[in-house]
Amino acid sequence: MIDIQILESTLNTQEAIQAVSGVQCGALITFTGTVRDNTTGRKVLRLEYECYQAMALGQMKALAENALGQYNIQHISIHHRMGILIPGDIAVIIAVGSAHRADAFAACQYLIDTLKQTVPIWKKEVFTDGEVWVSAHS
Amino acid sequence: MEVSILAFGIAKDIVKASKIKIELEPGADTRVLRKTLETSYPALAGLKSYMIAVNQQYANEDTLLKAQDEIAIIPPVSGG
Repeated sequence: MIDIQILESTLNTQEAIQAVSGVQCGALITFTGTVRDNTTGRKVLRLEYECYQAMALGQMKALAENALGQYNIQHISIHHRMGILIPGDIAVIIAVGSAHRADAFAACQYLIDTLKQTVPIWKKEVFTDGEVWVSAHS
Repeated sequence: MEVSILAFGIAKDIVKASKIKIELEPGADTRVLRKTLETSYPALAGLKSYMIAVNQQYANEDTLLKAQDEIAIIPPVSGG
């Protein structure tokens, strides 16, 4: 089962875990990405997320399908937030349910690493003394 | 032919719009599109990289473009 959502509202870890739960799954692994209060010592006021929604949903579905093909896992949930987030807010939750833990850990790592490389989502970091689109220039 | 181009993230700031229209010769591919864009918006060439998406898929360097395609400039992504 694949559950992909792009949301403007607060993300709920319990909902993502619920989506990948099942009596055939002995392992439920979650990765939660939260907003840090600094980048190399520069104080972060907020992050502003935006996406190319139709393509982002398609890319996330494709990478979830790849993970289901590569790893012995049953369920994947990916929830990504958009809009303005402040330090401590949850930006992304990835949850994986599988019979045994090894494949769930590996799939979870694959999903977040690949999401960061391929899914058309962007964030602008706003500092007290400026702002920058993350990864745009370096 | 006139094509519509969606822009996101820093690309939206560079072209100063979320959607622009540009004129291309019929049969133009993504390589021609990139050259045309970089002539009008030199700051695009200063990015670490950028991709072109056609109909919500990452395109190759020589993907042929049609007037009705959904084309987008994809600057370096930074989700998560």
